[in-house]
Amino acid sequence: MRTFLLSITFLLGSFWAVSSNHAIEETGQPKHETTSHSEEFNAGNMIIDHIVDSHDWHIASFGHTHFTIPLPIILIDEGQLMVFSSAKFHHAEESYKGYKIETDRKAGKGKIVKVIPGTMETDKTASRPIDLSITKTVIGIFITFIVLLIVFFQVAAAYKRNAGHAPKGLQSLLEPLILFVRDDIAEPSIGKHYKKFMPFLLTLFFFIFFSNLIGLFPFFPGGANVTGNISVTLVLAVFTFAITTFIGNRSYWLHIFNPPGVPWWLKFPLPLLPLIELAGVFIKPFVLMVRLFANITAGHIIVLGFVSLIFIFANMNPALGYGVSPVSILFSVFISLLELLVAFIQAYVFTMLSALYFGMATEEHEHSTEKSH
Amino acid sequence: MELVSPGIGLIFWMTLAFGLLLFILGKFVWPPVMRGLHDREQAIEQALHEADKARKEMQDLRFSNEQLLREAKDERDALLRDARKVRETIIEGARVKANEEANRIIENATERIQFEKMAAITDLKNQIANLSIEIAEKVLGEELSNPEKDKDIVRKSIGGITLN
Repeated sequence: MRTFLLSITFLLGSFWAVSSNHAIEETGQPKHETTSHSEEFNAGNMIIDHIVDSHDWHIASFGHTHFTIPLPIILIDEGQLMVFSSAKFHHAEESYKGYKIETDRKAGKGKIVKVIPGTMETDKTASRPIDLSITKTVIGIFITFIVLLIVFFQVAAAYKRNAGHAPKGLQSLLEPLILFVRDDIAEPSIGKHYKKFMPFLLTLFFFIFFSNLIGLFPFFPGGANVTGNISVTLVLAVFTFAITTFIGNRSYWLHIFNPPGVPWWLKFPLPLLPLIELAGVFIKPFVLMVRLFANITAGHIIVLGFVSLIFIFANMNPALGYGVSPVSILFSVFISLLELLVAFIQAYVFTMLSALYFGMATEEHEHSTEKSH
Repeated sequence: MELVSPGIGLIFWMTLAFGLLLFILGKFVWPPVMRGLHDREQAIEQALHEADKARKEMQDLRFSNEQLLREAKDERDALLRDARKVRETIIEGARVKANEEANRIIENATERIQFEKMAAITDLKNQIANLSIEIAEKVLGEELSNPEKDKDIVRKSIGGITLN
């Protein structure tokens, strides 16, 4: 069952990784031809703007009226802390206190940069401020955080109240998942010491799973592309990496720096295998980071792509746009349903692989038998 | 490329949020959840185990009941058999004893009869002697001078006669 799930995941993952690359490359090209304030619909820009982080939460636009929730900007520049609302930038059209939101994609669109005083030109010589703003993704993280706390405090209370009885309500909804993490992820991967990793694995699993689900919900307060943001997956992967490195026992490090059962010339004079093993230590969390990011981002890109089709065809001819929309919506719904599956699978894979790495790091090797094969 | 370049602010907030989440859930939520699950599993396992044990005990009880019944039956049979044997021995013993007694009585009687017979014979012999003398006196018509001496003669002659 697990191998089946894993193979499906990798298959889907590679497929979407490829499609996402296409989407990103395609968006790069037409952008140079159109001006930034063009009325013409640009699918690539629209999609990228939807999946990357931003300093305000865009809810809807009617013509030129944008309904957005301004979010706090927190900057540390040359040891000075500055906090103000992103509404001061007027949708990146104005500068405030010598800062503006970069609009040029090449210079890093969406980043906060300094301007040459009196103009709207980016001051390329000035250092960039440290941007600790509460962005859309940060709000998304907080929403997941609050949802998780509300849900799981209730579940924990239910476990105390229903001690020894059958689960009820929310508890019975989540118990299969908790048991899944414990019995199908942690115990088989880690072995008898699995218990001390359960808090991390459960938190990890439910954070990813809930973020993915909330990210699929298309309206506020859903829709923030939390797990499709590389910074988020980076932090998650770093947690896994840090725990693996911290708990790694003697035999784990021995297997990296002096792998037993391989010819000596692979280790001396050129430590080829130890180098590869050492690289693997870093590649594993890196792959974790990229896999989750790519899968979730790709899912969002495809859904947005199908929606964009309507507007692309409508730009050619409004009737064509109406004609294409049922098909487009149908495909979007289909992909969204698929994404529900992916939301679970990616949470599973990330947790599963983390558990496997913990298992490897804490495994007790029998060296006498290890050398024989 | 903004899509794949991590931002310091987001990393900061994510680390903070996830670390805090890990701490809160790890301290207040997962321990009771895991303990609840473990306890319930334990309770179910124990209940199953106890049911199994009870069933086995029931079976053992039934088995031992049957055993008891069988043993009781065997014992009853043995008792009956013993009683029958005892009865037979008693009857046999009584019969033997009665036989012996009868034999003894018969023997006694025989002995007595023999004795009486001997007494009677002796008496008869004396009577005959007296009669004989009287007859002889009558026959001779005179009394013998010495009747005592005659009696002895007669007794001696009769003693020679065996009546048996």
